[in-house]
Amino acid sequence: MTKKISIPDFSIPSRIDQVGVEERASRFTKRSIKNETKTNGLLLTLNMIDLTTLEGKDSEGKVKQLCSKAMHLHEAYPGLPTVAAVCVYPSMVKTAKKALGNSGIKVASVATAFPSGQSSAEIKLLDTKLAVDDGADEVDMVISRGRFLQGDYNFVFDEIAAIKEACGKARLKVILETGELVTLDKVRKASDIAMYAGADFIKTSTGKISPAATMPVTLVMLEAIREFYYKTGIQIGMKPAGGISKSKLALHYLVMLNETLGEDWMNNHWFRFGASSLANDVLMQLMKQRTGVYQSSNYFSND
Amino acid sequence: MAKEKDNTLRLKFDSSRNLAPALESRSAAKIDSKYDLFINGKFEKPDSKKYFDTINPADEEKLSEVAEANEADVDKAVKAARNAYDKTWKKMPAKERAKYIYRIARIMQEKARELAIIETLDAGKPIRESRDFDIPMAANHFFYYAGWADKLEYAFPNRKANSLGVAGQIIPWNFPLLMAAWKIAPALATGNTVVLKASETTPLTAMKLAEIIQEADLPPGVVNILTGAGTTGAAIVNHPDVNKIAFTGSTEVGKIIQRAIAGTDKKATLELGGKAANIIFEDAPLDQAVEGVINGIFFNQGHVCCAGSRLFVQESVFDEVIRKIKDRLESLIVGNPLDKNTDIGAINSRAQLDTIHKYIKIGINEGGEMFESSCALPSKGFYCRPTIFTNVSQSSRISQEEIFGPVLAIQSFRTDDEVIEKANNTPYGLSAGVWTDKGSKIFNLTTKLRAGVVWANTFNKFDPTSPFGGYKESGFGREGGLHGLSPYVHLGSY
Repeated sequence: MTKKISIPDFSIPSRIDQVGVEERASRFTKRSIKNETKTNGLLLTLNMIDLTTLEGKDSEGKVKQLCSKAMHLHEAYPGLPTVAAVCVYPSMVKTAKKALGNSGIKVASVATAFPSGQSSAEIKLLDTKLAVDDGADEVDMVISRGRFLQGDYNFVFDEIAAIKEACGKARLKVILETGELVTLDKVRKASDIAMYAGADFIKTSTGKISPAATMPVTLVMLEAIREFYYKTGIQIGMKPAGGISKSKLALHYLVMLNETLGEDWMNNHWFRFGASSLANDVLMQLMKQRTGVYQSSNYFSND
Repeated sequence: MAKEKDNTLRLKFDSSRNLAPALESRSAAKIDSKYDLFINGKFEKPDSKKYFDTINPADEEKLSEVAEANEADVDKAVKAARNAYDKTWKKMPAKERAKYIYRIARIMQEKARELAIIETLDAGKPIRESRDFDIPMAANHFFYYAGWADKLEYAFPNRKANSLGVAGQIIPWNFPLLMAAWKIAPALATGNTVVLKASETTPLTAMKLAEIIQEADLPPGVVNILTGAGTTGAAIVNHPDVNKIAFTGSTEVGKIIQRAIAGTDKKATLELGGKAANIIFEDAPLDQAVEGVINGIFFNQGHVCCAGSRLFVQESVFDEVIRKIKDRLESLIVGNPLDKNTDIGAINSRAQLDTIHKYIKIGINEGGEMFESSCALPSKGFYCRPTIFTNVSQSSRISQEEIFGPVLAIQSFRTDDEVIEKANNTPYGLSAGVWTDKGSKIFNLTTKLRAGVVWANTFNKFDPTSPFGGYKESGFGREGGLHGLSPYVHLGSY
């Protein structure tokens, strides 16, 4: 049920206690995930991956290969789910869309002068339109961190709202680039602005800046989502991106998601991992769960 | 357009409470079928010839049996301690004393896993806590005080720190090994010898510590460890050759001890009950405050004398905080303490469980609004759901009396002065917590709250270097840190 939304005063500083957040985040890593819970978690992780390639050197061939991987993760393990989406630059949306056909896998495109966001409003809108017109199901935009850090919250809000409008039916993921926001207070503030301005998802990072996703940062964003849900009844998705390449860490993220937002969020409609190398590690673990032995990386396709 | 396939997996990751079991292996711990008394460096049969069972509160199965020390046993232990004090320990150079204490600490670390498992089996506390808190912290206390042993002249500049003699120490069941460490380490560092009585419901890690002390080759009689109930404790308190009493436990027993030693020259430190106030202001980082409140009351099933068992929430954020607390309660895992995922383990004993249930009933009868987590409880063993009460007032018994269980009494407040008054309006004064983003408010409150420890934006943080102890009926004397040396010395001049 959607409640009446009143937009908060963003000039009031948000209050996040870093020590407390880090403590809580580390507590999730103490959970011991075993047996069927582990297998379930690994399958779910695969299904939540946005398989990503965002390189200057990306070619159509590379994108096609990635799409093939997305659909056929590991044929030696029958019945595996597919990943959630393939994430590419706008110029590659057409190629990806065609390669994925009606597999159900979404095409996500970065836009708005990714990764820096340093361009004019017109260019950013055109960039978004290009992706959407070519068939992107999801748009991953970046916020203007410079204006945000200056305190120009209205600018950031309006920009997100405008992009949201340009997205049409495509779902909008708003990348905060938390590595450039530095403090958790700012992460919380940017999360709130993005959600009130119309984001369907909030996302940590572009993957181009270090640090990318961390558990404390993701926790702060999940708590922002929870609060937004309390206040408005609207569910918002979460996508940590960059820096999550191991299954164990991914499972810790799932524990965190489960204990913070609960089961309604435990599917790829509401949670994604932005990652490129995570899938193979998860596959390796799944094969280990099934056979009892680890296989070398040579047995998993590298696209 | 062809209908797109839905590839969203609706797999249950398992709701957080139903994670696949992740049990710590019980076989990694060796528990004898019977333990005698540790007197004069040897395990000796009790004069009483009596033994009593110690059970695992998680499944009510018997773990072992331990000896019940009577007056004659206590006398034997005190004589051994006196003898060791006069003949060896008092004369030993401080740096040699330190070596023994270091050795105990190191062996404890080596055996940390086994100690953690036994602590969990005997006390019911989650393995995550005994593994990550109790045992490392206990070893750290020995390390810390080992360092002081040969530096007492710097702890007490221009004074000579003389040892007292034989220290009689009585410890509770909530942190069995840690409390033994809190008591024994500073006593040894200052050159005293020890007769320690472990709690009757949790004697096993103390007996393991006795084995460690034996292994460390501590001179016989320097530490003697007895088991038994209240009468054994009374025999220690009343023994004429004991120079100092250190007690951690209930205020009721603390008062009995004070009466018993009145008129004698025995020194005493008492660390007794508490009813700590945790205070959340509207400008606090609420999510972290809620987490702190949860850990403040549900740590060790609420069997913590400094547990934040009273919560005061500023009116303007009251509903929000309550909702968050309720949500968080639902994600706590209650169950087998040996499972690495367990957040809340077993209540220490049937008697304690009855006490907690009694208070929950009182709370309801007083008109309190109770909310408990909806989790299922194991069919065997002593378990209690994490519980909160709202609509509670200062006059409610659940906000006045120590429950020593996972029960939180919540009140709201409007102004700073009001909450200071309410927080101090208790016979206890062991600890308090303040949650606000505003530094000046923290300082204002810490100067006005009458409690031995005031935590700001955190709770239940311990460190060997930090003193701990109470105001009012929470006792006197400090344990831990530099302050923790004072109760074990009398100061003279050079």
